[in-house]
Amino acid sequence: MKRVMGAALCALLAGGIAHANAETKLTIATVNNGDMIRMQKLTDDFTSKNPDISLEWVTLEENTLRQRVTTDIATKGGQYDVMTIGTYEVPIWAEKGWLAPLDSLGSDYDVDDLMPAIRSAVSNDGQLYAAPFYGESSMMMYRKDLFEAAGISINGRLTWDQTLEIAKKLHKPDEGVYGICLRGKAGWGENMALITTMGNAFGARLFDEEWNPTFDSAEWKNALDMYTNILGNYGPPGATSNGFNENLSLFNSGKCGMWIDATVAASFVTNPKESKVADKVGFTEAPCAVTCTGANWLWAWNLGIPMGSQKVDAAQKFISWATSKAYLELVASKEGWANVPPGTRMSLYQNPKYLEAAPFADETLLAIDSADPINSTLEPKPYVGVQFAAIPEFQGIGTTVGQQFSAALAGQMSVEQALAAAQSSTDRTMRKAGYY
Amino acid sequence: MESKQTPLGYVSFSVFAWIVGLLIFFPIFWMVLTSFKSELEAVSIPPSFISFDWTLENYAEVQERSNYFKFAMNSVILAVGSTLVGLVFAVTCAWAMAFNPTKRTKDALLWMLSTKMMPPVGVLVPIYLMFRDWGLLDTRFGLIMVLFLMNLPIMVWMLYTYFKEIPTDILEAARMDGATLPKEIIFVLLPMAVPGIASTMLLNIILAWNEAFWTLNLTTSDAAPLTAFIASYSSPEGLFWAKLSAASTLAVAPILVIGWFSQKQLVRGLTFGAVK
Repeated sequence: MKRVMGAALCALLAGGIAHANAETKLTIATVNNGDMIRMQKLTDDFTSKNPDISLEWVTLEENTLRQRVTTDIATKGGQYDVMTIGTYEVPIWAEKGWLAPLDSLGSDYDVDDLMPAIRSAVSNDGQLYAAPFYGESSMMMYRKDLFEAAGISINGRLTWDQTLEIAKKLHKPDEGVYGICLRGKAGWGENMALITTMGNAFGARLFDEEWNPTFDSAEWKNALDMYTNILGNYGPPGATSNGFNENLSLFNSGKCGMWIDATVAASFVTNPKESKVADKVGFTEAPCAVTCTGANWLWAWNLGIPMGSQKVDAAQKFISWATSKAYLELVASKEGWANVPPGTRMSLYQNPKYLEAAPFADETLLAIDSADPINSTLEPKPYVGVQFAAIPEFQGIGTTVGQQFSAALAGQMSVEQALAAAQSSTDRTMRKAGYY
Repeated sequence: MESKQTPLGYVSFSVFAWIVGLLIFFPIFWMVLTSFKSELEAVSIPPSFISFDWTLENYAEVQERSNYFKFAMNSVILAVGSTLVGLVFAVTCAWAMAFNPTKRTKDALLWMLSTKMMPPVGVLVPIYLMFRDWGLLDTRFGLIMVLFLMNLPIMVWMLYTYFKEIPTDILEAARMDGATLPKEIIFVLLPMAVPGIASTMLLNIILAWNEAFWTLNLTTSDAAPLTAFIASYSSPEGLFWAKLSAASTLAVAPILVIGWFSQKQLVRGLTFGAVK
């Protein structure tokens, strides 16, 4: 009897050990958006190909996710094996040695197929530190029917002055249509994303080569004058509380003549289930001013592995699966080509099935291709990033300056006062951080 | 002297109370209503009250995407666990302060309460590091400790207020009869303070249930309660209000039911000692 019991115990232990060896649990921190949720639903495809790996998803709101993963990676908490991070975090974290290099994504991964702009945004010294899951730039979405009714046609890339004139013509608040919808909500990832690209187009930059802020320049004044004028006079009321989602709701309800925002919005505004104007939307590049350099932003959500993770091999296998060409085909087979995560692989934009399903594909590709995080300003700059500066201090700076610009839009202070306040607060932060 | 209320005064007071009550209830009502709308209807302007296509799609989606019961069970364990642990410490502490006060008791009470004024984010990193080193990250035990310590000042304050209402003579009589200190607390003090203890427990269960800073920052999956469940339905890009409303409705439902059935104790707990 004792022998039987002993054998059973051994078998149980062996089974337990075998089970422990068989399953590596990856905890993945991710942001809540359509593409990421779709990936969660396709988990079975990965686990059937990798039965020794199981996946645990932790989905969080963007700001919570950012705070959570930053705390964890900075303290080496080890709570996550794969993290979803933006193009802002990747260069900073890679520089600090917080991210494991992605050096074994597999021979069939085809890293050269990644869009050059996105690839450079997630690399440090030529080494990939995160793999892009989906990428976006900014562009203009407009109402073709309203343009036609007002006798407006688009020939070539618009300037901000032309955009202002069009906004004047389209603005009919009595009929429930506002000339233009833009981000007004304060935040480094909200109004500042747009205003910085406007600044770039007007020839401004966030910092000069010595890291001095340049908000006291004439270029910034021109950009902010245009922003407050066009959105304040020809935008929806209460624009200071509008971010991406609020403008998406306005546009989808037919209340915006034009909307300049993320290219990812194109799939929402052309989806008849979500949009009342799905068949009336046209796309064109974001407006220029004195230059087109940096006039549209570049952003990507990427998957990275925290340094010191004990499960780097399994994590790389997962990242390779989630950001591969085969994954795009998997999504297309289950949900249709219009729903594949856009903006990361060049081959997608050569695929006739995708081009047919996504009428905005050409403009998206054009926007992403033209955004260069290194050369995004007319004059030289010391930082990486189109709509942000990839330095740890930028989150705080962007949020503070965004609040001042939002106050200027609300009429609580003049453009000059907002720029002076932005200059002084940024100068103080940079001085304290030891940049000069 | 007793003041008599006129019928007009009574009616106007009732109407005012109803208006305030409805105003407070409206956001919850709107949340429940939104949870039955499609995403497009949830953001449409002007909003529709009743005349929309009612759908259970959001609840189905939430159920498909998340394991609600796992989150709910964690919420129950954290809320009840932290309250029970807190009660052990709070009863003894409040007993000492109410029946054996010193010159500094009032100061100590105020000091305890003042710790609630510190923004939690100020101690996030040290606590995170302690949790990491002690292996407490994403554990229910770790969170119970944090929630209990966070709510302890309020528990002590509430129980102290109750205990002050109990005549010291009764405890002295028990002592004269030979009751030891534990017996005095368990068999004499606690039975008399049951309503106070019940309302303290209820309030702390609600506070722990709603806590959203530590529960989000110190958990990932195993110990994540309903706050993490709700947080996963807010989206930076894309419409999410209907799904978020469905998730929120599911999250507040249990505590709403408990609150409804225990409202008498809660009101008594919050107003006890306010008027003598």
